[in-house]
Amino acid sequence: MDLQILWFCLIAVLWAGYFLLEGFDFGVGMLLPFLPEGEADRQTMLRTIGPVWDGNEVWLVVAGGATFAAFPAWYATMFSGFYLALVLVLFFLIIRVVSFEWRSKSETPGWRALWTWANTIGSAGAALVWGVALSCLVYGVPIDSDGDYAGSFWDLFKPYTVFAGLAVVVLFAFHGATFLTLRTVGDLHARAEHAARRLALPAVVLAGVFLIWTVAVAMDRNDKDLFPPVLPAVLGILALGFGLIFLFRGNNGRAFTMTGLGAVSVVATLFVSLYPRVMVSSTDFGNSLTVEDASSSHYALAVMSVVALIFVPVVLAYQGWTYYVFRHRVGDEPLASPPTEAPSAGM
Amino acid sequence: MTLAVSTVDLARVQFATTSLYHFLFVPLTLGLAPLVATMQTIWYRGGDEAWLRLARFFGTLMLINFAIGVATGLVQEFQFGMNWSIYSEYVGDVFGAPLAIEGLAAFMLESTFLGLWIFGWDRLSKRIHLACVWLFALGTWLSAFFIIVANSWMQRPVGSHVVDGRAELTSVWELMTNRFGIWAYIHVVLVGLTTGAMLIFGVACWHFLRGRNVEIFRKAAKLALIVGVPISALNLGVGSHLGVVITDYQPMKIAATEAQWDTCGPCSFSLFQIGGFTEDDQTPTFSIQIPHVLSLLATDSWNGQVQGMNEVQSEYQAKYGSGNYVPPVRAAYWGMRVMAYFGTLVFLVAAVGAFLYRRKRLERTRWFLWIGVVAIAFPYISALAGWILSEVGRQPWIVQGLLKTADANSPSVSSTTIALSLAVLGVLYLVLTLLNFVLLRRYARFDPPELGGEDDEFAMPAVSY
Repeated sequence: MDLQILWFCLIAVLWAGYFLLEGFDFGVGMLLPFLPEGEADRQTMLRTIGPVWDGNEVWLVVAGGATFAAFPAWYATMFSGFYLALVLVLFFLIIRVVSFEWRSKSETPGWRALWTWANTIGSAGAALVWGVALSCLVYGVPIDSDGDYAGSFWDLFKPYTVFAGLAVVVLFAFHGATFLTLRTVGDLHARAEHAARRLALPAVVLAGVFLIWTVAVAMDRNDKDLFPPVLPAVLGILALGFGLIFLFRGNNGRAFTMTGLGAVSVVATLFVSLYPRVMVSSTDFGNSLTVEDASSSHYALAVMSVVALIFVPVVLAYQGWTYYVFRHRVGDEPLASPPTEAPSAGM
Repeated sequence: MTLAVSTVDLARVQFATTSLYHFLFVPLTLGLAPLVATMQTIWYRGGDEAWLRLARFFGTLMLINFAIGVATGLVQEFQFGMNWSIYSEYVGDVFGAPLAIEGLAAFMLESTFLGLWIFGWDRLSKRIHLACVWLFALGTWLSAFFIIVANSWMQRPVGSHVVDGRAELTSVWELMTNRFGIWAYIHVVLVGLTTGAMLIFGVACWHFLRGRNVEIFRKAAKLALIVGVPISALNLGVGSHLGVVITDYQPMKIAATEAQWDTCGPCSFSLFQIGGFTEDDQTPTFSIQIPHVLSLLATDSWNGQVQGMNEVQSEYQAKYGSGNYVPPVRAAYWGMRVMAYFGTLVFLVAAVGAFLYRRKRLERTRWFLWIGVVAIAFPYISALAGWILSEVGRQPWIVQGLLKTADANSPSVSSTTIALSLAVLGVLYLVLTLLNFVLLRRYARFDPPELGGEDDEFAMPAVSY
């Protein structure tokens, strides 16, 4: 198999992993101010994603690094072109990271509320911008004949791309809610189920319209046929539809599997719609960046392929193991009892 | 609308501030990770619960530190493409590989096993749980390796050639075993260990001053000194050898670092000088010199010859065409001195601490305990100054001999855009710093929590979401 295509697929896989994993912890963040009755429930919600959110975020770091290494021209044009959008993403991700660590450091309600909202805004904001940015790759942005971005910040916002951003936000909220139905007990569990049921229909409709719209955009603006983009799109719509059905039948485990599949299908649809280009030019279609032209040399790709072949299975194994270790519902077990006390807080 | 400042300058300011800020968190993680793992190992093997309490106590600091490091590290990864698109396209084939490998092979490991460690106290067997903290430590050290490989390629490009105006990787082995990179890596991890040791020592001193938890923190201080004294001494030697390596590949950087305009041999080392930092003013008005020491530092020989900036400048003009190849001399000169002087101070503080500890007078020597607290800052100052020397000293090159900084920034990004992002990130970083400071101070006033009390923050580090 051609290494350039392999790496295009690998980057798609990394984004899919990011949407699948960070998708639900973004969703939990978005629901944080709305779902719980009180502070104890809110802490329980944070504990459901506590052990894993950081590892989930690394999928983004690796996706960025892999794009830099395998498709330098794509990385250069996309990151310099989407400049202010990425500053926004960084802002959202930073306040979110900090909220996890600092929220518990003071008891005052104002402090807690501040970091609750920082987490929510960070989660929703980052999801929104990623939805806009990735859909822009297919929709097309102004690119000049040197392969440089030739537009402004506002060129990223078209009806389709803004809709994509909203669809991703709602999809993640839904995905996060189904995740919570698996990781909580009691009243919080009931609330999570209720939220998931209320989010199901909007998520199915918004994501469904977005997926169909993406196929139409790919045919209209990226010279694609109905096949193959329609395949992952239909898969995504079916998955989310089944997610809704499973949810109302009380089969939360299957519902979560389906929302996860929905998140993966969104990325799959975007990347299948994109190939063989990596960034479509809206000014002159001929200026579009292609997999062929944007990639690194064969040797560099070969080296990284060997590295990926070794480490991707290892990473999947230990991250999978992490989810196994923390498979219990939070609140269902006696709280962690530390073996001893520790010295005083002081520093 | 565009601002009058050049985009390259703004992009450089942004890179410098965000990198230096990021590097406030990196060395501490590099140092605390193996030290906390060591504490937990001692508890695991000997069953002394004091060590467990210490591992949890410093584990919390490590966690907060790591999280901010992750967030600010993301800025670094994005920034190459955002501000330096020409650079990214030019070097991606070579420079991108270690970054991607870092993410996949090291960063995944760190993040996943830190999560397992923090939340796994009652979920994992003691042995597996101990393995988690060591795997986290391994991840941080691997991360540092790949990042230093990438940076060292900018200082001394190896394992690559230039085809059609961009660099291509030809040997990943040469890239990974870059002589520059090996020494820089050793230097960086030793700085990390020193930073971690001095933090632990400083916190212990703080507790001695307050007369609380003395028994426990005496053990912590002992570990910190056992690591801190030899490692900080060794690193002075490693750093000086790195100087010799730099002389081989970046003679201009060494000449600028020593404000050495004319070729000399044997060369004296300038301890301190006023003036002599610009082309029009090459002779300092005042200086303190030690004979032969520069020859020794730069070439490893008593009478070794060190090229001056004027000579390297004519060489480079013949080789690379006309232009100014002299980096900002003042920044390089003082960067080196601040680094070396504070590095030496760290060693002295650790050595005096060890002496007092042996004499069993450490906890009672209050003037020194205050120095111990203040000395937490010394390795940071030293490390930041070292990075200023390393990066400023490479100018005007972004990749030594291949690509100039002035030709490497993003053509599609206006200075207004960069100014805006600089403002956003600047304000955000400032707020983070202030809040962090307030939180730490707040903690300093706390009395130790009751044993087994509800709000025993450090009994359950960071499960405190």
